[in-house]
Order: sequence, then structure tokens, then C-alpha cells
Amino acid sequence: MQPSSSAAKIAELTADIIAPYLGREGPAMPMLHAIQAAFGFVPQASVPVVANALNLSRAEVHGIVSFYHDFRHAPAGRTVLKLCRAEACQSSGADRVAAHASARLGISWHETTADGAITLEPVFCLGLCAAAPCGMVNDRSVARLDTARLDAILENAR
Amino acid sequence: MTRLFVPRDALSVAVGADELAAALAQACPDATIIRNGSRGMAWLEPLLEVQTESGRIGYGPVEAADVPGLLAAGFLAGGAHPKRIGRPEEMPFLARQTRITFARCGITDPVSLSDYRAHGGLIGLTRALSMGGADIVDELVKSGLRGRGGAGFPTGIKWRTVMQAQAPQKYIVCNADEGDSGTFADRMVMEGDPFLLIEGMIIAGIAVGATQGYVYLRSEYPQAVTAMNQAIAAARQEAVLGAQVLGSAFAFDMEVRVGAGAYVCGEETSLLDSLEGKRGQVRAKPPLPALSGFLGRPTVVNNVLSLAAVPDILAGGAAAYQALGVGRSRGTMPVQLAGNIKHGGLFEVPFGITLGELVMEIGGGTASGRPVRAVQVGGPLGAYFPPALFDTIFDYEAFTARDGLIGHGGIVVFDDTVDMARMARFAMEFCAIESCGKCTPCRIGSTRGVEVLDRIIAGDTGQLGLLADLCETMKFGSLCALGGFTPYPVMSAVRHFPEDFAPRQHALAAE
Repeated sequence: MQPSSSAAKIAELTADIIAPYLGREGPAMPMLHAIQAAFGFVPQASVPVVANALNLSRAEVHGIVSFYHDFRHAPAGRTVLKLCRAEACQSSGADRVAAHASARLGISWHETTADGAITLEPVFCLGLCAAAPCGMVNDRSVARLDTARLDAILENAR
Repeated sequence: MTRLFVPRDALSVAVGADELAAALAQACPDATIIRNGSRGMAWLEPLLEVQTESGRIGYGPVEAADVPGLLAAGFLAGGAHPKRIGRPEEMPFLARQTRITFARCGITDPVSLSDYRAHGGLIGLTRALSMGGADIVDELVKSGLRGRGGAGFPTGIKWRTVMQAQAPQKYIVCNADEGDSGTFADRMVMEGDPFLLIEGMIIAGIAVGATQGYVYLRSEYPQAVTAMNQAIAAARQEAVLGAQVLGSAFAFDMEVRVGAGAYVCGEETSLLDSLEGKRGQVRAKPPLPALSGFLGRPTVVNNVLSLAAVPDILAGGAAAYQALGVGRSRGTMPVQLAGNIKHGGLFEVPFGITLGELVMEIGGGTASGRPVRAVQVGGPLGAYFPPALFDTIFDYEAFTARDGLIGHGGIVVFDDTVDMARMARFAMEFCAIESCGKCTPCRIGSTRGVEVLDRIIAGDTGQLGLLADLCETMKFGSLCALGGFTPYPVMSAVRHFPEDFAPRQHALAAE
């Protein structure tokens, strides 16, 4: 999606994206996931379209979008690096790995490098707790992380 | 033709199983590569297995780079190699288990319905179809199965309530929002034996009169989403799901719904709100979801492991299941050994084993080789236990008696480098991040808790009384377990590891 896309164009695309979900029970979450899959985030211009389709106010839809950690209000970096911060990973050196990532990238949690390459995000449990510490590189899970393995991942992402 | 097995399980993939499968496909073009589930021995993943005349022989952990060496060692015929472990089922870690829920996991092709049938699948459903709803519910009640999500409520009683409710439409909702750190049994079922969950949900539907099911699956589990969707499609194809389940008069269909990263949606009422498309905020109870659940209609909300236990209870009878376990905790519990542990993974065992056996004998102590200092049982809302309490038996009531909970059966091991004051602070921080905001003790209390712990860590031990007071308020004043149980890790850390809450000067001087 080009950043120059107008709100009207986004609204039009949004209407097409959500159409298949209209008849379903509790369609809001699948709609929002589909919107984010298409645009990389949930654009402001999509909100009134969803609100209208579900007979909700814009404020209500904004309330849903902002409640969930997964939904973005702006595009992320080209690579999203999620590192698990939960207990099992902490027991196995996750804090060290996270500090290393943060120092190397020069960003902290929820930030994106200036060149738009990498966004660093915390995640709380990926269910890979017997191979901690773990994380995700875009849609790909990685486990048994250490600083060397992380460096290799960051090299590839640049 | 040689059959090779490389797990498709998320943990195996995260440590190189896809690369291994690709390397094997190139090196052994004549072999059939089956992407099985995981056997649950995490330290051996990726575990490569080869079908030989003397059974399946395992090699692990195997990287793609090991393939030429394995070929040279004749692994296709089970040849000797430093990474050869022999027959996996003879490994003590597997041999000591009582695998009921996980009987097929790691053995079959997870998305092959014919494989599922060939390994005892659909026997429970076939029997259920010949019984009435009331008889199925009675069987569940007799089995003694209690909700494996953490609360331990008798599953059969919940089903009976839904069965007796009058409504034109009822639902089966599977809680697959397995957000607790240190737990992954739900994920392993969905990735390694998804038809088991489907079968359990259909039986639940027949029992209570529900024709539609939803699996609320967390977005952090993309491989589980894929495996469940593949299995559901296969089940529809062969009329296991649909208008006539296995040719009977019963209809049942189901759908996966993906969460969006909110931990609190593992709480059943916020899960239902999220499923309805709202903010995942906790509802006040009553009304019970059993009577007014999804869209205000009668709904069974069960954890993955509860539903996955159902087919075997129906197939083998309630008595066989009830014969396992201790006290009021019947059957088996898939225990998850995680964190800083030498032999981590999935260990299914009847209730009654001690915490010490699990951590020290089966888990082999820490991976770092340092002494075990603390274990957290039951996820981020579970208590920390010191080795002095390792005689606690795995049983709902035994853990309650020691101010803990077994929760979803996860055990996270920490070595002696852990700072328990920091872990207590993390518990409050996590609660603050994940609070749905509906009730004040959780929303405000968790933030105040972080501040109080910061002052204690800075040396103001006079604040410990305030912390205890705050925890009391959260425990008794919160609407759900997030605010209500956060005091467990916090206060257990204070109680069992008071030295970590003392002024820090000593520690600094010693370094």
C-alpha cells in the first residue's frame, strides 16, 4: 500500500476486504485481521467503514482496535522482531538477548529503526518455553536464541 | 519406500525443522517425508525419525548440516551415529509417561484423517453417536474430568447445565488462548493431533445439543491455526463435520477464530466478548456462560486439553479414566516442563506425582547446570515454589493448600541467578500491561504494585506491609483471575524468598 493512497481509496478497499465476513457471527475480529493483513496496519480511514457495516459508532470500533496489542495504527518496519519477555524466557536469558537487540538497533520496545528496517516488539509467550529464549521474525518463530543467533537474524533483516 | 519423520511443531520449526526437511528432500529424493507432531522431548528437537524394520529410530537434535554425516552413517537403515537415540518410545522420558491425550502426538501425520482413524481416532465419537446426550454427560461426570484450563471445574457438570438450558442455538467454544508462560500443551495438541480436539468438540456438541463450535486460537500460534484449518477442511471433506456427522442425524460444524494478542482473552467471559467482536473485557458472573455465553446463548467454554480428553473417556469408558489420579484430581495431566530445565517438554502423567520428581528426576534440573532456586507453577498467575516444597504432589487441592495453583500445568524452572523481587515486580507489570481495565483493583492495583515494588527494590522495606495489603485488595476485589491471582506470584516470592526483598547493600557488597 502506497502511503499516498487517499482515504477514499482505503475506504473503498476496506469495503471489499470486509464484505466476505458480513453474514458471520461476531465478524469484527476477522474483519480487522483481514484489514491489517492487507494494509499492514488498521488505517483510520477503515474505521468508519467497519463501523457502518456493523452498525457501531466509530468510537466503538476505535475502542476495539485500540484494545488489542496486535492491531497497529501505523505501518511497522520491514522486519518485525518480536522477543518474548515472559517468565520462561526470562529464566533462560531473555533479558540479555533483548538488551543486546535494543543496543544494537539503537531502539527500545515498540520503536522502529530510522531506516524503517526493523521494529522491535515485546511478546508474552509463543509457547516455545522449552526452547527458551524465543522470538518471532515476521511470521517465523525462532528459539534457543542467544546474542550470536540474534546478530545473524539482524544481519539478514538489514 | 523409506519413511522419514520431521516434526512440523512450532518449537521444532523454530529450531530448524523446515531447513532439515528441505535438506532431507534433496539428499533422499526417494524417501517420503512426513511432517509429524512433536514427541514432546524439546531438547531433542528437531527429532528426525526413520521407519526401519525394527521400528522407528530417532536422531536428535538434528540440523540440516548433519544430513550428509547421517547419510554416511547409514541412518536410513537406523545406522549408528552420535545423535542416534534409538526407539523414541524407549527413552525414559517417554517410557515413564501415561499418554492418553498425547497418545498419537508425534506418531501420526497430524492432518491425515486416515492416519487418525488407523490409530484409534473417532472411536469415542462413534460411541457417542449411539448414546443420548444425557448418557454422554453422565459418562463425563463419572470420569471425574475437571477443566484443564486452570479452574478445575468439573467438565460434566458444566455440560449438564448447557444440556438442560433451553435455546434454539447453543455453542461449543474451545478456549485455545493459551497465554500462560511455560505452557504449550494446547499448541502441541492443535499442531500434533488436531482431529482429537475436533472429535472432542463434536462429542460436546452432541451431548449438549450444540451445532456450532468455535476455536478461539491466539495469534501467537500461527502454525496451530494452519494445522487446525487443514484438519477442519479434511474433516468436512469426509463428513466428520457437517450436516450429518459420520452419516448420523447430528449436525456440527466449527471454525477457528484468531485472537489479537490480549492475554486476558484467556479468561472465558472476555474470550466470549472478543469472539463477539468487542473489546475483550471481563463480564460479571452471573449469568454463567453455560446459560448466557456467546451472543447470549448457552455455551460450553472448555480448554483444549479438557475437550481433547473427551474422546478417550468415551472410547475407553469413564471407569478407566477415573482409575487414574489421586483424590479429586482424576485422569492424567499433560505437564509442561519449561524455562531453565535440562529436559524440557511435554510429560503426561496421572495426578499424584511430586513437583520434585517432575523438576529434578524427569526434567534433570536446570539447563545451566546451576542449582534450582525457584519454580513457577501454573503460569504468570501461579505461585513460586522453593525446592523445600518439592514434596507437593501434582493435584488441584494439594497446590491450593500451599497457596499455589496448578493452572494449566506449566512448570517454569529458575536457577540461583534469579532475582525474586524482580520476578514479583514483573508479575505486577504484566498485570498492568494486560489488564482489561474493567475493575479497579486490577487496573490501578497492578500499577501501584509496580511502584511499591520499585520502592522495595530501592531499599524501602517498610513498604512490604503495603504490598501485602494491596495484594489482599487485588485478590478479593478483582473481577477475574488476572487481578485476583497476580498476588500469588508476588506474595509467594515474598514469603519463600524474603532475602531478595531485603535492602540491596549486602548483595552489592558481596559482589
